[in-house]
Amino acid sequence: MPEEITLQVARYRPEQEDRPTFDEYKVPLRKDWAVLDGLNYIKDELDGTLSYRWSCRMGICGSCGARVNGEPKLTCGTFLTDYAPGPVRIEPLANFPIIRDLVVDLTDFLVKLGAVQPWLIRDEDKPVEEGEYLQTPAELDEYKQFSMCINCMLCYSACPVYGLDDKFLGPAAIALAQRYNLDSRDEGADRRLTVLSQPEGVWGCTFVGECSRACPKGVDPAGAIQRYKLTAATAAVKKLLMPWGQR
Amino acid sequence: MWLLFSGGGMVAALVLPALLILLGVVVPLGLLGAPDHAHLLAVLRFPLTRLTLLAVCFLCLVHAAHRFRYTLQDGLKLTRFDGAIATVCYSAALLGSAAAAYLLFVSL
Amino acid sequence: MTTQRLYKPRISVLWWLSRRSYTLFVLRELSSLFVGWAVVYLLLLIRAVAGGPVAYQRFLHWSASPWAIVLNVVTAAFLLYHTVTFINLTPQAMVVQVRGRRVPPRLLLGPLYLAWLVVSAVLVWLVVG
Repeated sequence: MPEEITLQVARYRPEQEDRPTFDEYKVPLRKDWAVLDGLNYIKDELDGTLSYRWSCRMGICGSCGARVNGEPKLTCGTFLTDYAPGPVRIEPLANFPIIRDLVVDLTDFLVKLGAVQPWLIRDEDKPVEEGEYLQTPAELDEYKQFSMCINCMLCYSACPVYGLDDKFLGPAAIALAQRYNLDSRDEGADRRLTVLSQPEGVWGCTFVGECSRACPKGVDPAGAIQRYKLTAATAAVKKLLMPWGQR
Repeated sequence: MWLLFSGGGMVAALVLPALLILLGVVVPLGLLGAPDHAHLLAVLRFPLTRLTLLAVCFLCLVHAAHRFRYTLQDGLKLTRFDGAIATVCYSAALLGSAAAAYLLFVSL
Repeated sequence: MTTQRLYKPRISVLWWLSRRSYTLFVLRELSSLFVGWAVVYLLLLIRAVAGGPVAYQRFLHWSASPWAIVLNVVTAAFLLYHTVTFINLTPQAMVVQVRGRRVPPRLLLGPLYLAWLVVSAVLVWLVVG
């Protein structure tokens, strides 16, 4: 008889209930099982109606985020044995509208992600014949950690500022803006400044720092935001002193 | 604004603990004799002290006002009153700085 | 197609009690009140010094009253908390470059704490004389 652990999984079935409730399931407690394996066991063996997102099972796709005992986690990288003897409480990511069970609505994040234009912007593209844009290892290091973001939104779940006011641009979007701002090949910093320097941009952040602790990929959005505050403040002072200046 | 806030935060971090612990805790508890009145007056009347103290007061008050504004809004969910809260906080900081200027450059 | 019925969770006013890190954050932010009080207290002291030896004695007497001491002890605790959190967060917010290379964030803490010690020592020397 294998050992078991109880999972308390948040359920929200909009056609039959007004607010989320919890269902309990007993799943095998195996050393190599992550929370996601437990959820898959429920779906396959116990209750096929449970809804949740997942894809790669290896911490790259960023789709299996949920709160495990209140902490935002990737369920594929969070092991059941670390929570033994249980029970383990599994809830959808905080601060997002819930569509069903553990599935949240991503629209708001996707709109914000697009707003910061997270791609390389060039004033003028170099003709292909002239070859690639070269970059030194030191220039790569400037932004590399921010490029590790997998858009899993655990940082949004951890951020009380976003929870209080969903107009706030939020950690990942700003970190990704910085990923391109700090890239030596990019020339779009001015265009991103308008979005980032709004009150709902970097200025909404009060440096709680939870986003950086929640990140499963070692990105430091809190640091990115504070650093950008300095950039934005310097730009504002420059504009004040030299209103005629172009940049 | 943020430059003033973070500058003030750093000044408050470096300057205030020593002064308050010395003058607000150690001396009143009698662990150390109170500094001589004439000595304090001499130190305070030194022009550089006056200027530095005014800058310290201004920066610390702005820092406190800015931080408290967001604490009120987030802690009590009062974001919709941001305008009023900001006005009250920053006015208080400016009033305090004006009082400091008066004390340091007129009274002394 | 049916219309979606989203459930929108609401944050309670006491959200900052829900997690230890949130509570510590709000305490850090509340230190602003005590920074304000410390400035007011020092200004009151300056006013007393400006008012002459008698006013100064009156201030010393008042500052030794139990409630003033309790308030100032609490203030001191919050000020220290402010200093430690502020210094510890500074390297995360600032990138310092020396000769084109980024200084590791941890190495910035040393000079910052040293600066705190030096400033404190100078201030104590100025006041005590």
